[in-house]
Amino acid sequence: MAYIDQDKIRNFCIVAHIDHGKSTLADRIIEKTGLLTSREMQAQVLDNMDLERERGITIKAQTVRIVYKAKDGEEYIFNLIDTPGHVDFNYEVSRSLAACEGAILIVDAAQGIEAQTLANCYLAIDHDLEVMPVINKIDLPSADPARVINEIEDIIGIEAEDAPQISAKMGTNIEDVLEQIVKKIPAPSGDPNKPLKALIFDSLYDAYKGVIIFCRIFDGTVKKGTKMRLVASGKEEEVVEVGTFGAGQFIPCDELSAGMVGYITASLKNVKDTRVGDTVTDANNPCEEPLEGYKKVNPMVYCGMYPADGAKYPDLRDALEKLQLNDASLQFEPETSIALGFGFRCGFLGLLHLEIIQERLEREYNLDLVTTAPGVIYQVYKTNGEMIEITNPSNLPDPSEIDHMEEPFVSAEIMVTTEFVGPIMKLCQERRGVYIGMEYIEQTRALLKYDLPLNEIIYDFFDALKSRSRGYASFDYEFKGYVPSTLVKLDILINKEEVDALSFIVHSETAYERARKMCEKLKEEIPRHLFEIPIQAAVGSKVIARETVKAMRKDVLAKCYGGDISRKRKLLEKQKEGKKRMRQIGNVEIPQKAFMSVLKLDDE
Amino acid sequence: MSKAGVYIHIPFCERKCNYCDFLSKPGTRQLQKEYVQALKKEIADKKELLSGYMIETVFIGGGTPSFLEPSDIREILRVLWENIASVDNGFCRGGGLADVKEITMEANPGTLTREKLMIYKEAGINRISMGLQSANNEELKELGRIHTYEQFLENYQVARECGFDNINIDLMSALPGQTVESYEETLRKVVALKPEHISAYSLIIEEGTPFYDKYGPKGTATNRIPSEETDRKMYHLTGKLLKEQGYHRYEISNYAREGKECEHNLFYWSGVDYIGFGLGAASLIQNVRYKNTVDMKQYLLQEDVRKVEYVLDKTMRMEEFMFLGLRKMQGVRKDTFAELFGQTVEEVYKEEIMQLKNLDLLEESKGYLRLTEQGIDVSNTVLAKFLL
Repeated sequence: MAYIDQDKIRNFCIVAHIDHGKSTLADRIIEKTGLLTSREMQAQVLDNMDLERERGITIKAQTVRIVYKAKDGEEYIFNLIDTPGHVDFNYEVSRSLAACEGAILIVDAAQGIEAQTLANCYLAIDHDLEVMPVINKIDLPSADPARVINEIEDIIGIEAEDAPQISAKMGTNIEDVLEQIVKKIPAPSGDPNKPLKALIFDSLYDAYKGVIIFCRIFDGTVKKGTKMRLVASGKEEEVVEVGTFGAGQFIPCDELSAGMVGYITASLKNVKDTRVGDTVTDANNPCEEPLEGYKKVNPMVYCGMYPADGAKYPDLRDALEKLQLNDASLQFEPETSIALGFGFRCGFLGLLHLEIIQERLEREYNLDLVTTAPGVIYQVYKTNGEMIEITNPSNLPDPSEIDHMEEPFVSAEIMVTTEFVGPIMKLCQERRGVYIGMEYIEQTRALLKYDLPLNEIIYDFFDALKSRSRGYASFDYEFKGYVPSTLVKLDILINKEEVDALSFIVHSETAYERARKMCEKLKEEIPRHLFEIPIQAAVGSKVIARETVKAMRKDVLAKCYGGDISRKRKLLEKQKEGKKRMRQIGNVEIPQKAFMSVLKLDDE
Repeated sequence: MSKAGVYIHIPFCERKCNYCDFLSKPGTRQLQKEYVQALKKEIADKKELLSGYMIETVFIGGGTPSFLEPSDIREILRVLWENIASVDNGFCRGGGLADVKEITMEANPGTLTREKLMIYKEAGINRISMGLQSANNEELKELGRIHTYEQFLENYQVARECGFDNINIDLMSALPGQTVESYEETLRKVVALKPEHISAYSLIIEEGTPFYDKYGPKGTATNRIPSEETDRKMYHLTGKLLKEQGYHRYEISNYAREGKECEHNLFYWSGVDYIGFGLGAASLIQNVRYKNTVDMKQYLLQEDVRKVEYVLDKTMRMEEFMFLGLRKMQGVRKDTFAELFGQTVEEVYKEEIMQLKNLDLLEESKGYLRLTEQGIDVSNTVLAKFLL
């Protein structure tokens, strides 16, 4: 491969609020630069997973290398790193940004700046990226580019007068974007002769190649045979192959040198060894300092996952192991529940991450799952001075052993039109939010800042936010820290038996309300039995709410017309089939979805 | 040679009742004629099969068999007799008929006449099952029945005069707007007539009926349906009142004077074979359950009418032995189970029997397992437990 002049390389990413057209613009850029003809393009090339396309969100970072012939007659190499678009994956986003010199900031010409526009833009600025605004969706009747340009200049404080005004959907003015990438985004400036220093911004498990490391070379050169060392994990392996990214394919090359973006393979079998943010160096000629910003990502949200059919436990384990090959942030360990049998306590970056994994297990691995209510990690300080972290409410020590407990808080920014400020503030207060401040972005829009307990937002905060603002509010948050809190464990007793899988930890002030709703919900979910079933919610030994599922008094077959026994059999089989989807707790059969009912307590 | 029953289905009614989800419609006279032709052909085609059994019972059900011309019924039975007796099976010709003991026909009190009843009698019918449902005219109207109580009363007397000494009266409880008092009145009126047999079922609101829209789970007038508690009161009242009057409950919903149990009905619960003729008719023939087509056009063509529904393997036969047999008040005989299946009932249903006994839904007496009173109330739930 010919020597590539660093001046001709542009490494950039695209940041935007959800739905502002990030993936669509990425597709257009790929199409315009001729990597694929439009006929070969499937909408949104970079969103590989079915789930991503369906949900219109990017879950994993995707990368593509494009050659662009600019108006100055020169050919430029664009490395476009498409970043995940959800707050759950903030760390991955930040590492992707660190691999770039510039960021295209897309703003919707109708909606203007939203919470994630700001959050992502500040993230890019924090990484010293050149931010290049682009106004998208100018084809919309409600588009108002002039207003949006003002917003960008006023709120973010970056020049936006000459921002390309495009419609990624229609393919309008994409050339302007490409030209500006050449002119505005700085070329990389690493030294190919210094010791190797490369940033891992993603990795992927491939059945043939093993782990494929996605990296940005800052200094030095890497090629086949280089003995590489991963600084944080300490892993050392010989490089088997290096290359660059085509659309959906890997293109091997001789070497990757400073300024380039590409991939490295070695005989690595586990993505756990190739942590995002880690530095790759040459074991024989290591760099002095690793790159900054590495941290180990830890799950924020936990839940229990159990196979509906106990016999599928090994299948669930295999499926989780396979998913983990590509998703180092997914954690799981075996646990046992009296109610649900053998399963796993799984840790996720957030609720979206949880839902994605759950859906993939069900869809791609054909597993029928029972999932317990998601919870966060509580820090329990015991009277003996020890601190333990609790992810499963069942493991909470006896109250007498607890000195105090702390729960995780996040700093949240909510952007909302002024007419909804009242309802949104009320919502935040209901969720035990601590008001930090409010700024008016412009006359009609405000940015609300709250500190919120994570366990109050993992359930349905986002839905509540949308419904109370008619869809106008946008939301972003980051982990803040642990705060002492008066938390209690709410136990649910069904027919006087405690059901461990239904226990959850809740703030003492909301315990009564939650207990009442939980009992009501379970009353709806549990079918009538041959006997009366009390449903109780208790804190310690004190019952604070109660409902009763009345006994079934009558369940008789209709007249048997003309000896049609098959019809009777079908009826009885249907009845029995319904029972199969239930969990037996003592004498009571509980439908699987009841275990998720705590999630739906706030449906109104 | 083993015994068997014959079921003949007549899918015509003057009008469909508001609660009915069964196969029936008015049909033109022309269609009725074609249907009777097809039925006769179906019976004739099965003469080999019929001759292999001792046919002990015949049941003509519907729909409304009495809605047909009485000559149609006579014709159908004539063909049946011919084919029961047509094959020389070692007895003298016609000897097969001697086995037939019980020949029932269902009749709607609104369609009966003296003339019709006389023809039925001549044709060999010896048991009439009259669908009264209620002795309260308002309740009858609500059900969409085409007759009044008075019409029934008259036809009942005529049937007696015509010599029918074995009559069943069908009743329904838990009707919209029905009270325990109005139901008791119906019961008392009926008992005073001294029928040999009484069937009393709770109304079930079936999907796809006018009642479903009104009284179903999302119905507009669900509150008019008596509560489950009231329903059970009515059921227990039935048992008590009829017992006092000399009827014994031999099946969940069937009551008879001694020796007047419906044999044909008992065949269904006892796993005895039966051969069904007509649209949608079910059959049990040597451990295979069949069901006839429900498509009238196809039925009239008499091609590919009978279709296999289940081939009963040992497991299914054990299930049926239990869930059908337990409908009989005497229950299931444990020794019979062991003889039939080579395993004791406890070996197969240990958990279920233990659990149901603990819940006081099942009891054991003199080598029989049977439902308790509570077990009867929730029989569906109990019976479903015996599916393996």
